[in-house]
Amino acid sequence: MPKVEHQGRARAVKTVRVTLAIALCIIYLIPVLWMLSTAFKPREAIVAVPPKITFNPTMEGFVSLFTKRSTLTRMQMEQYQQRTDLSWWDKVALERGLAIIGPSQYVDRVKNSLIIAGISTIAAVTLGLLSAYAFSRFRVRAQADWLFFILSTRMLPPVVVTIPIFLMYRQLGLFDTHIGLILLYTAFNLSLSVWLLKGFVDEIPREYEEAALVDGYSRWQAFRKIVLPQSVTGIAATAVFSLIFAWNEYAFALMLTSDRARTAPPSIPSVVGTAGREWAATAAGSLLFLIPVVIVAFAVRKYLLRGITFGAIRQ
Amino acid sequence: MATIELHQVEKKFGEVYAVRPIDLTMHDGEFVVLLGPSGCGKTTTLRMIAGLETVTSGTILLNGQDVTQQRARDRDIAMVFQFFALYPHMTVRQNIAFPLQAQGESRETIDRRVSEVVRLLEIEPLLNLRPKSLSGGDRQRVALARALVRRPTAFLMDEPLGALDAEFRETMRAEIKRLHLAQNATTVYVTHDQVEAMAMGDRIVVMSQGEIQQVGTPAEVYYDPANLFVARFIGSPGMNLLTGRYAAGVVSLPGENRYQVPAHWQAALDKQIGEGEVILGFRPEATLVGGSGQLAAEVYTDDLHGSYTMLHLAFNGDDQIIHARAGRSQIYPIGTPIRFDLDQEMVRFFDPKTEMALKPEVARG
Repeated sequence: MPKVEHQGRARAVKTVRVTLAIALCIIYLIPVLWMLSTAFKPREAIVAVPPKITFNPTMEGFVSLFTKRSTLTRMQMEQYQQRTDLSWWDKVALERGLAIIGPSQYVDRVKNSLIIAGISTIAAVTLGLLSAYAFSRFRVRAQADWLFFILSTRMLPPVVVTIPIFLMYRQLGLFDTHIGLILLYTAFNLSLSVWLLKGFVDEIPREYEEAALVDGYSRWQAFRKIVLPQSVTGIAATAVFSLIFAWNEYAFALMLTSDRARTAPPSIPSVVGTAGREWAATAAGSLLFLIPVVIVAFAVRKYLLRGITFGAIRQ
Repeated sequence: MATIELHQVEKKFGEVYAVRPIDLTMHDGEFVVLLGPSGCGKTTTLRMIAGLETVTSGTILLNGQDVTQQRARDRDIAMVFQFFALYPHMTVRQNIAFPLQAQGESRETIDRRVSEVVRLLEIEPLLNLRPKSLSGGDRQRVALARALVRRPTAFLMDEPLGALDAEFRETMRAEIKRLHLAQNATTVYVTHDQVEAMAMGDRIVVMSQGEIQQVGTPAEVYYDPANLFVARFIGSPGMNLLTGRYAAGVVSLPGENRYQVPAHWQAALDKQIGEGEVILGFRPEATLVGGSGQLAAEVYTDDLHGSYTMLHLAFNGDDQIIHARAGRSQIYPIGTPIRFDLDQEMVRFFDPKTEMALKPEVARG
């Protein structure tokens, strides 16, 4: 019965594959899971050696992430305990002998991250798509040189130019501004964006646009109605890559911002509480910071999978 | 409807000529086929008419109006592309409606015109499908519908049957021809397939290396090729061409073969060649095989075509193969010596130096 044997083997291969995939998934997820548990651990459990797997979850980390607190004297504490208008976060703080005196800057930092990463991603993809289209469709003088030049901006580790950029930004008044980081991230992402999107635009047959041109449309209309919808896959893939870079960028954000335009990555590790480093707050901040990118990547995962494998294969 | 005129139109890519200066007029309602091997400039010519390619110099007139510098979208010409160019992200209905939307037609007009053209091409059941799920023939029909729906002044077709299976090509060829007869719109049709050109064209423009070799009806280019290129290119197989030496009414061919020139050619040959090299040309069906013909050859092989037999004859040893069309029952063993003659009306002569056809001086017959 060779056929049955064959089926049996196919099933065995499939089982091995699924097992491997799950194992890999777990390995990748361990740090995230550890972060998740740390975010809910009470202080003693975080620093316990050996590490604790089970603990009583607490919202302490989240409370210290979002608030500024001050230590209460014994007398103040007694007064506080009398009060009936305390919310649950006040009570969490009170257990550690703390009173909430105001909101932390975490929300502002995340807001800055959203603005800077969002706008720089849109800019990188828009500019990238337009120049990819031009490189793909028109005869550009010294095209190969231009493309190489664009790629060469990626050849230097960005950190190398931190000092010059810092001096430049100070001179130009771009230090600690949103526009400063937006410009920087757009410039970093643009080379990737042009190259990635050029591959996608190259795959769209010219005939489609020519048909539209003959059918009574202008070149711009043909671009909008034909090229744009057909490069959705490429746009999604490029956007996610650009977004992840801008969202996670740490070194330049640390160096080029101080307060007004500071993004979340450099501020999360510096959540320092009254009693030293607040690991739970750091974990909670990182955890929440993950969510927007995960949502975006999840929303476009259909395009992403096709996008990554696409360019290489002719339809 | 439209007349399309090209005056000294040329196209250069850098220093290379894609199309050498050509003059050509397509009359109102005519079906003109641009025929030639790949790279001969036929598609470039078509694209210049469409406005997709700029003209290096010369003028293009559409209904007497100079459109040389006009953009494609202002020319009111529809084009059918080789690989159909149906927009993959739109349904069949959206594809067909697309050109009408460009013109800003109302929704009712669009719906009416789309359903008209869809009925004409019998593709109603496909309206909500996407091009990806259509067969080659249906894609072709949708592409035609998209061109027809606009009621343009002229149609341009760039090898529209090139991407179809051989079997289906005949059907679509007939459909396009019928559509043309029904619409009676000026059509310029590009192909490299001479059978297609012969079957469809009112006139055929034979092109090679960026130049027009001959313009004529299918019968003209077939029976009276203007030069050796056309003689070889048209017909399947092409014209038999034998080089010989002419003197006093006789062409001496290789292998002791002597061909007595038909009377109506003699004066012309005396005058134009005098004494010297000449190329004798004849179509496979001009050979009269059997009996005691003037020319001798040996059966090399034969192909049965059902209704006739194509004999391949070795002429002067293995020097040259002559293709001869014979009756379906005329089958000879390989190697049989054979004699054949030529139909006097179908013999042609070419000057080997200029490669041009010679003309008989007096009317034939």
